[in-house]
Amino acid sequence: MTVEQIVSEGKDQFPIGMRVLAVDDDPTCLLLLGTLLRRCQYHVTTTSQAKTALKMLRENKNKFDLVISDVHMPDMDGFKLLEHVGLEMDLPVIMLSANGDTKLVMKGITHGACDYLLKPVRIEELQNIWQHVVRRKKKDRCNSGSKDKPHPDSGEAAGIGNFDNNGKLNKKRKDQNEDEDDERDENGHDIEDPSAQKKPRVVWSVELHRKFVAAVNQLGIDKAVPKKILELMNVEKLTRENVASHLQKFRLYLKRISCVANQQANMAAALGTADSAYLRMGSLNGLGNFHTLTGSDQLHNAAFRSFPPSGVLGRLNTPAGLGIRGLPSPGTIQLGHVQNSGNPTNDLSKLQSFVPGNHNTNILQGMPMSLELDRLQHNKSAGHIGELPTTDSTTVFPGPGSLVDARITGFSNNPLLGVTSNSLMLEGSSQQATSHTSVSAIGFQNGNALSDFTFIAPASNQLQDSKADSQGQASPINCNAGQIIRSAPQEWNAPRKDAPYQSHASLNSSIPINGAMIQLGQYLDRNNSIFHRTTDLDSVGPLNFVDPLSIKHSEGDNSIMEPSVIEKEGYLMFQPRPHGNHDPDNIGSLEDLASAMMKQVRLVVSSLVNI
Amino acid sequence: MDVVNQLQRQFIDYSASLHREGFLDDQFTQLQKLQDDNSPDFVVEVASLFFEDCEKLINNMARALEQQQGVDFKQVDASVHQLKGSSSSIGAMRVKDVCIAFRSFCEAQNREGCLRCLQQVTHEYSLLKNKLQTLFRLQQQILAAGGSIPVVE
Repeated sequence: MTVEQIVSEGKDQFPIGMRVLAVDDDPTCLLLLGTLLRRCQYHVTTTSQAKTALKMLRENKNKFDLVISDVHMPDMDGFKLLEHVGLEMDLPVIMLSANGDTKLVMKGITHGACDYLLKPVRIEELQNIWQHVVRRKKKDRCNSGSKDKPHPDSGEAAGIGNFDNNGKLNKKRKDQNEDEDDERDENGHDIEDPSAQKKPRVVWSVELHRKFVAAVNQLGIDKAVPKKILELMNVEKLTRENVASHLQKFRLYLKRISCVANQQANMAAALGTADSAYLRMGSLNGLGNFHTLTGSDQLHNAAFRSFPPSGVLGRLNTPAGLGIRGLPSPGTIQLGHVQNSGNPTNDLSKLQSFVPGNHNTNILQGMPMSLELDRLQHNKSAGHIGELPTTDSTTVFPGPGSLVDARITGFSNNPLLGVTSNSLMLEGSSQQATSHTSVSAIGFQNGNALSDFTFIAPASNQLQDSKADSQGQASPINCNAGQIIRSAPQEWNAPRKDAPYQSHASLNSSIPINGAMIQLGQYLDRNNSIFHRTTDLDSVGPLNFVDPLSIKHSEGDNSIMEPSVIEKEGYLMFQPRPHGNHDPDNIGSLEDLASAMMKQVRLVVSSLVNI
Repeated sequence: MDVVNQLQRQFIDYSASLHREGFLDDQFTQLQKLQDDNSPDFVVEVASLFFEDCEKLINNMARALEQQQGVDFKQVDASVHQLKGSSSSIGAMRVKDVCIAFRSFCEAQNREGCLRCLQQVTHEYSLLKNKLQTLFRLQQQILAAGGSIPVVE
């Protein structure tokens, strides 16, 4: 069978005839790769220049089904190419390298590669790469089929719930929309053959993407629904489904970026990380992140950086693992990023916008404050982040626990991030518990850990009352929150049991508060032990915890690894639902966790207050 | 034919010795399997490309290491990395192994170590080139005599 024949009949004989674009600057490897691929009966195009590859892809996205690219290339980094392809063309990309370092592989994953192969590549491995094409097609089908959800997060939340990896996001949505998809005609016709059922692919050129981002920014992450985005973009022949699937990818992309950013950020400010976590979450949720993203490319980077989803996770992980301690740090780290990103302000604004949106998303519910805080914090975040850890995290998050967590995370990380994350965090908590107040309290305290604690207690009360008021409270808290968050993460470890978890959770998934709660729940146990200790120790105890954590976070190394992990967790935990209740799936568990945490938090808080 | 058989036996023995001595590894066998009627000269093509590439990379490395002002180890490392990739793709095991050691010297920014490795790489590369050329010659002789290349496992 000649290649030409295969190509023309590709649809029917998939994976035979699958069109692959191979990119590698090494001629030996390129020749070998091309030959191997042809031996697998794919239709192969090879090029040694990444730029040429991009050009070819941009000319006609429908010309290829899959891209395989080397990591080390002189004209463009393989990861960069990966991102471009993923964002603009939504094609699966496989990375190829002689270097199989875990770090590199991780980097590939966070940048969106659907697989990572080691040289020398064997034909057996290539024989199965078509699975990535099928998988993506299925995903696209589901995504495009899904109607625009009123809540970005609901859609996202679904996805977020499955946060263990980006793919999961889609999956959840897919499941939710499956029925819709089936009913819808658009994807229904040829489900069985992914390659056959290709709808005309939209080429997301740079211009188009810019419009998209602008539209999302304009609408606000939380309000960025495909329908509205489509209207704003006002592009002919662009369907809502196209926008919806691109939106999803975008969110994942943001998440990835933030993870990457987080790693880089490794901000010492554990608190910062919390924020970033939130931010990311926000982005994931699309709530906050989009804002940031849409705001500007810069923002994206900035936002992402601060928030690197993975970073968030990482943070959470660390705190979680540590128990209370862990919490603050991850968040802070991320926050650090945020600050660094420089767009923090952007983030904050985004967060803010985000926050409101978050109402929907559980996470932010109570947190309007946090966002504001973030802003405030963020501006000072650079300074704050570090500060928080020392402050009594415990104070910050007492009681509301659930809220606290959410909030705390937000704050700690990045002033900007923190804000959003804080808000997120708080929001999440608030849902569960009126802990909002507590959370808000936390925010305020940031600067002075200890003071924060005391602060928190009263705040929590307030919080409770004012979920709505949280906004108002948020402001004060925001200032503090940002700070607190920072410290909180650290402090949290000790007293906060709940808080740390929550913060973690919030960090990760700013979106899925529910998820966060769950995490928190997990952490709670740990925290509890820690918490108890802290209580005994009085505020001092927690501080101790915090510090190590903050330090950890600052290193940021953890975040790198953890974030990804956390992300998953975070995402899972955090359903974008602001209420946490929104998502029945998540809520149940989250709620339980939340309440458990709340209890613990309350305990801690009270003990702290006494201190 | 006796001549063909003789040549084929020679070919097999030589192939086996190359594998035994570590010049080639299993990847090379995979390459040979890829050769078929559609691409009868595939192995020779890949090997030629590899030699060209190798020379270029070695030159790059030599130039970079000669810099008196300050060696750009990153650049050297990039070249070594690429050489490692292509040598592993073709099955040039000994070359690849030297590259691995080479990389750690680069990371350590050890100029002396790098220079030593560069020498080794150059040496291994020449050895391999000679051996492969002998092998390909044998192959051609077999084909010229009307025989087919035996598959060496």
